[in-house]
Amino acid sequence: MEIKVLGPGCAKCKKAEELVKQVVDEAKVEATVEKVTDLMQIAGYGVFGTPAIVINGEVKCVGKIPTKQEVLNWINS
Amino acid sequence: MSWKDELKPLGIIIAVFFAAFFLPVGIYRFDNALTEGLELVKWYAQEHVLLCLVPAFFIAGAIGVFISQNAVMRYLGAGAKKIVAYLVASVSGIILAVCSCTILPLFAGIYTRGAGLGPAIAFLYSGPAISVLSIILTARILGPEIGIARAVGAVSFSVIIGFLMELIFKKDEAERSAQIHLPEESSTPRPLYQTILYFFFMISILVFANWGKPDLQQGVWWTVFSLKWIITSVSAVAFGVILVLWYSHQAWKIGLIAVVSAMFAYMLPTVPIIAFSAGFIGLTWSASTSGEENGSWVYASWDFTKQILPLLLMGVFIAGFLLGRPGNEGIIPNEWVATLVGGNSFFANFFSSIVGAFMYFATLTEVPIVQGLMGSGMGKGPSLALLLAGPALSLPNMLVIRSVIGTKKTVVFSLLVIIMATISGMIFGMI
Repeated sequence: MEIKVLGPGCAKCKKAEELVKQVVDEAKVEATVEKVTDLMQIAGYGVFGTPAIVINGEVKCVGKIPTKQEVLNWINS
Repeated sequence: MSWKDELKPLGIIIAVFFAAFFLPVGIYRFDNALTEGLELVKWYAQEHVLLCLVPAFFIAGAIGVFISQNAVMRYLGAGAKKIVAYLVASVSGIILAVCSCTILPLFAGIYTRGAGLGPAIAFLYSGPAISVLSIILTARILGPEIGIARAVGAVSFSVIIGFLMELIFKKDEAERSAQIHLPEESSTPRPLYQTILYFFFMISILVFANWGKPDLQQGVWWTVFSLKWIITSVSAVAFGVILVLWYSHQAWKIGLIAVVSAMFAYMLPTVPIIAFSAGFIGLTWSASTSGEENGSWVYASWDFTKQILPLLLMGVFIAGFLLGRPGNEGIIPNEWVATLVGGNSFFANFFSSIVGAFMYFATLTEVPIVQGLMGSGMGKGPSLALLLAGPALSLPNMLVIRSVIGTKKTVVFSLLVIIMATISGMIFGMI
């Protein structure tokens, strides 16, 4: 599984990244977590706000830090 | 052990050592500048933090949580009419630009996926100048006249600059797809009148609590001034009722806060700041224990406070150290400021536009800096020029923008900002 956290480096984006990494660790799933900070790449996903989370190329959430449960649901489905 | 890695800390320590060794303590100009810096921080803490900044943070937080950003962003998408996109982009900063997380990604998004270069530029330019926090602080510290000029200037020039950019770069518009993802709604939708009343009373608390003492002891302004705490209290009560009726706060909590605040107001009528603080401390408590939505409101407000307040007070100290309080001198002699940016000459406006365009200001710190400069003899035209060119652009910002729209467009954009800021400064200086 390929998880991308999109965000230019603001506080919320860092929090989102930490959260995703933590959930991936705890759920013991095979996944790479990558932080995307390049604005053009972020815009390439068509997101109009950050932090945004993209899992296997699909935009899962935009403009907010997801809850732990939400991340868990995305990973497991 | 690699000695090479140690070179940097060594350099820093040597630099600090020499700075400390030759520290000009005891020299009047330096000591005085330190005092000025501390005095200015004290003045901000006494006059502006509790009555102005705290409510402003609550309002900014509420905008992020209770106003649907989606509804606005929809007009910035690829399908939107150009003219609508321009208008929305030029004013939407007031509700969208509350956080640095928003401005740049949204700018890149509008440019590549949305309404295109012009509206993206319009948003980028006006956003930082008309975010609710900067409007409030500019008007409070520098006066309503320059506060309004800044907002109006930013909005109108953002449309002009965006339009010119699109005209100049007609050919190479980026390729777009209609697929965009808007931020999710964080709150349940409410009828519009409820949202309007909610913000109306919150803003009314802010405005009347900060009502300045007019020079004349008569007339409407004086009447409002003498009644300011009564009007503030009435607004606060109305706000409390709205919170209970529509925003799921519990009546007994709001009632308790009202009683405690009223008690402080009765016991210490000369120090209204205590009753006021009791009110917002109570509000924080009630909101953080009344459901998820109100909780996010408190969290968002706290987030702004955490991000902005320390930097702002640091900026205030630096401004005081360099330039002194209004009427006093800091480390920089007043004549220097007056020579460079005094009056309303073309050079003064042009110079402050260029400085503003390249210099980096942390959020809101442009306000104490301009205050210091004005106190040291900067003209009001150049002040506006600096306020218009300053927060929209900085050297680090130019590099980020360049990664999105390329070198050529960035250069043209920066030039347009400098030219427009100079012109508007000169016009404002003449009025």
